[in-house]
Amino acid sequence: MQELFDSGWGLSLIVFIPVVGMVVIAFIPRSFEAGLKWTALVTSGIALVLTGIMVALFDFSAADEFQFGADLSWIDVINANYHIGVDGISLWLVVLAALITFLVVIYSWDHWPEPHNPKLLLALTMILATGMTGTFVALDLILFFVFFEIVLLPMYFMIGIWGDTEPRKVPIVNWEIEMRLYASIKFFLFTLAGSAFMLLGFLALYFRSGDAGERTFDIVELSALGTTGVFAGTFAFWVFAALFAGFAVKVPMWPLHTWLPDAHTAAPTVGSVILAAVLLKLGTYGFVRIALPILPDEAQNWAWFIGLLAVIGIIYGSLACLAQTDVKRLIAFSSVGHMGFVMLGIATLTTVGINAAIIGMVAHGLITGLLFFLAGSMSHRYHTRDMRLLGGQMRVLPQMGVLLGFAAMASLGLPALAGFWGEFMSLLGSFEPLESLNESVFRTFMVIGAIGTILTAGYMLWMLRSVNFGDAPAKWLGADLEDVDTFEWLAWAPLVIAIIAIGIYPNLVLGATDDAVVNLVTSAFGG
Amino acid sequence: MVAAALPFLAFLQEHNDELPAGDGGALAEFAWLIPVVPMVMAFVILFFGKFSPWKGWGMATLALGFVAVYGTVLAAVNLQDGIVTQSAIDVGQIGIFTIEWGVVVDGLSIMMFFLVGIVGFLIFVYANGYMRGDPRYTWFFASFTLFAGAMLVLVSAPNFIQLIVGWELVGLASYLLIGHYWEDMANVDAANKAFMTNKVADAALFLGAIIMSASAGSFNFAEIFERMIGGETDLATLGFWAGLLIFIGAMGKSAQFPFHVWLPDAMAGPTPVSALMHAATMVTAGVYLIARLFPFYQLPEFAGSLNTIIVIIGAITLFFMGLLAIVQDDLKRVLAYSTVSQLGYMVAAMGVGAYSAGLFHLFTHAFFKGLLFLGAGSIIHAVHSNYMSDMGGLRRYLPVTFWTFLVGTAALVGLFPFAGFWSKDEIIASATFNATENAEAAAWFMVVLSIAGAFITAFYMARAVSLTFFGTYRGTAHPHESPSIMTIPMILLAVGAAFTGLLNVPGFTQIFTDSVTTRAFPIMEHHFDAPDYLLIAIITPVVLVGLGIGWWLYGSHRELVYTTIGETDLATPEREVTVERPTYHVPVLTPILVNKYYIDDLYMNALVRPTMGPIADATVWVDDHVIDGVPNLAALGAKQMAEATVFVDNNAVDGVYHASAGLIGATGRFLRQLFPGNVHQYVALSFAGVVAIVALFIIF
Repeated sequence: MQELFDSGWGLSLIVFIPVVGMVVIAFIPRSFEAGLKWTALVTSGIALVLTGIMVALFDFSAADEFQFGADLSWIDVINANYHIGVDGISLWLVVLAALITFLVVIYSWDHWPEPHNPKLLLALTMILATGMTGTFVALDLILFFVFFEIVLLPMYFMIGIWGDTEPRKVPIVNWEIEMRLYASIKFFLFTLAGSAFMLLGFLALYFRSGDAGERTFDIVELSALGTTGVFAGTFAFWVFAALFAGFAVKVPMWPLHTWLPDAHTAAPTVGSVILAAVLLKLGTYGFVRIALPILPDEAQNWAWFIGLLAVIGIIYGSLACLAQTDVKRLIAFSSVGHMGFVMLGIATLTTVGINAAIIGMVAHGLITGLLFFLAGSMSHRYHTRDMRLLGGQMRVLPQMGVLLGFAAMASLGLPALAGFWGEFMSLLGSFEPLESLNESVFRTFMVIGAIGTILTAGYMLWMLRSVNFGDAPAKWLGADLEDVDTFEWLAWAPLVIAIIAIGIYPNLVLGATDDAVVNLVTSAFGG
Repeated sequence: MVAAALPFLAFLQEHNDELPAGDGGALAEFAWLIPVVPMVMAFVILFFGKFSPWKGWGMATLALGFVAVYGTVLAAVNLQDGIVTQSAIDVGQIGIFTIEWGVVVDGLSIMMFFLVGIVGFLIFVYANGYMRGDPRYTWFFASFTLFAGAMLVLVSAPNFIQLIVGWELVGLASYLLIGHYWEDMANVDAANKAFMTNKVADAALFLGAIIMSASAGSFNFAEIFERMIGGETDLATLGFWAGLLIFIGAMGKSAQFPFHVWLPDAMAGPTPVSALMHAATMVTAGVYLIARLFPFYQLPEFAGSLNTIIVIIGAITLFFMGLLAIVQDDLKRVLAYSTVSQLGYMVAAMGVGAYSAGLFHLFTHAFFKGLLFLGAGSIIHAVHSNYMSDMGGLRRYLPVTFWTFLVGTAALVGLFPFAGFWSKDEIIASATFNATENAEAAAWFMVVLSIAGAFITAFYMARAVSLTFFGTYRGTAHPHESPSIMTIPMILLAVGAAFTGLLNVPGFTQIFTDSVTTRAFPIMEHHFDAPDYLLIAIITPVVLVGLGIGWWLYGSHRELVYTTIGETDLATPEREVTVERPTYHVPVLTPILVNKYYIDDLYMNALVRPTMGPIADATVWVDDHVIDGVPNLAALGAKQMAEATVFVDNNAVDGVYHASAGLIGATGRFLRQLFPGNVHQYVALSFAGVVAIVALFIIF
């Protein structure tokens, strides 16, 4: 196994095994459902086991270096290489992507959205897996871009095909469109627009890197160039703006977030889970992996702006949550607030803040993934997501109620659960941002962020009040609904365990990230 | 304020190395079991409690019994040799900060272990009888054990992170327990109110902890203090804010004005929960926090202004919240406001530098308030009502409850020689000392309000006892004495309420002071050589007069009077409801008291409702109409341009346009095909095929 990974094959396998699964699925007839399901399960299972082995073999004492890498010539003309590798920053994100894929397949076992088409759904899930893990291991801008874009189309199809069929009234322009159409197109166009700018930014970096030798797309080389002042002045400003556009849409940062509530709400359960748990992290990861190290000086100029948008997102997302009546839309909006904390951590440009951001990303993936699973299963049973109609779940579906309570508490940042670390530590980071940043500004952000934690608790408790407590409406009591079933337990238990484990022993994540982040901050910002 | 007068820093530096304490040996080494055993047990009960002999009660009581025994042994050893030690395991590194779980074993934490263990154990035993027949019996004991366990995590914390973990878990457990009867939305609202009020204060605590830890570069209390003493922190400038924010956090848990609103509503939980919450866990956390950070609060740089704030808040709370107890009908609410008031004494004591006296009151209060709540529970168990207007004459039906309740009352109002007499007297004596020695206006303020507060306490307890146990029985149920599993804990707590005051009698013994001042950093406070006889000569008559007036107005020789008062219904504010309370009508005053100074109304109307209503709605409106308006309008524009193009295309006679328009038209048709969403499988598969080929290309 050591050899497999040392040769770079192990990591490639993790990324591409799902594609193999997809090809196999393509040749299995639609009617042979068991074959489809087992293929997906086995391939995503192998990928997950491989990530487990990767973690076991990972040298935590050298977490600041890229490990298990491969660097092969790919498109010679433009010096784009197949360069991959993991370090402490990306390690757990790769695992998160593989884990979520695996759990989605388990959950899907007998929870198929209509129209019934397991073959296509699983095939799309497999492509998503490749795109997600690929983005986290790519060390070449073109490779990164390809993986980053690969996830777009399957998600677009997921939302468009299996999405919500309710009409969506669009104010201002006075349209009334089927929700899934509106949401899928919006998702697609927003992200595409962002990535177009991002690609321009990548190309600009490529051409300018020629000033210091051979033109390159290599993230490691570009990061090294970043501190030499090759990218400076107006050029750096516009490149950062372009990268910002691509990543901020994906995160999403306020005010580019409006695709998110629609896409998350409209998407089928597995789509929402993948979207919330992993896809959002592609944006924040982009900031940490690409924007910060390659354009460190410009990052310091933009930091206050990013921090400002982040705290606006925290407050704004939380307030929007308070006005929701749809459980799923509430959870969707909560991501705007939570990703605000992640971005605030990144904006501090400190070891504490960026560590907070990464553990926050992992935690948000686990917690919000669980929340969307729950929201999906609940609406599957109740056939409504309207909190005004729900109630008394602790009586109707006690296990579901307890899990929802757990996930809500984790989401509001209860200490000793995973979500706490990201939230608390990003506030800690804001107290002492990088020296070149304005301390008072960030301390103001810290206070605003702390107010955000109050609002977060407010809407989560409000949701629990409406859904879990009170007298159960007679129609649910009489409906004899099935509580959490076996496949749901299998899909959710790992998330619950991981949330508790990281909460009690944050070193699980920090043990990998800390050295890598210290290295990043030291080399990029000298601090 | 005491500190301001003392060369505290110099003293600390001088005496830092000569601490008269051992490390407790193996006994202290395994003290981590104290928080861990109940925490683990809570989950064991959750998963396996249903299958165990007593459905979880046995396991819960066992865990608390373990803590009680361990705490007692530790307390004994501490008294003998002194124990000051801490140990921790490293669970993460984030920049320069180390995250640790550990346990600090010193006089302060040992006192809390002992208290939570002993009082908690007795309340757990009692709960067996009280909760019998509850549909969620096992669940209750899981949450109840979590409650005690979280408190132990809090008090054993050697650093801010663990303190916050315990702090919030206490909040979680209280949320679960207050909302135990969640079928009734009123109880859920009470639970939410507790959680949210505390969350507001917790946000301040977060910030205070961040400021303090970041300035010192460590979460660890001992390291923070050391670096503070060594002048390695910038706490000289930020210390005031850190101290203030942390105090706000303490105000939340310890229900200080203006954060007191959650505590009376928390009575919605089962009575054993109220007993534990008011006696040992939760509300004592704030006082404990100030005590834990006491060296910091005594730093001369900012101790003056900070402690003035603490004293004033405590004094306001102890008097004005006590007043509210007078007009209550719900027996548990009388006790709840009484707790708020007594917490005011403890907090104010910390503010005047009376560390031991404040903690001593916390200690004795745990016994007598726990006892009073168990008594109230026993009564409620008997008459099936919380309201004193449904009680009366119960001394004949519940003799054990009556006599133990009387002991609790005597201890609470501070009658010689019961526990509260000694602890409250020490606090007021310290305040007087400060007032006279340092001529502090705030201390004078406190002294006056403390004596007035003692009068109020005597008055409302006389009223409560009269309405409950004397006169004629007004209820409908057939009252009976509670089973012995409930009365025995009450009797044992009554013993505590009667005699724990003797642990600290100035001039005779100071076992308690010696115990809790065994700390890694010397505690500077004034020690009295004898009881303050002048003060006793003032307060005892005040208390007796209070009792007398209470009896005179509400005793069995009178018909019960009722007053009808308008009160806003907080659930539906448009509606004013009327409430009938067994109290006299004093114009202006009574309506204000019944409406709790309108503070709840203020929060509801000025904060909660606007946020959840108009502000939240406005946010969504802005989202839909402004922020989303931009892309939607852009989309509309694009659509219209496309349509216009097609229109031109269709109508243009000029052949020049034909080709180009045709191309645009084709694109439009393709897009239209895409938009309905009937995407064929082959599109996906062909795309995937491309990916596969690319992949193969990459690998080979």
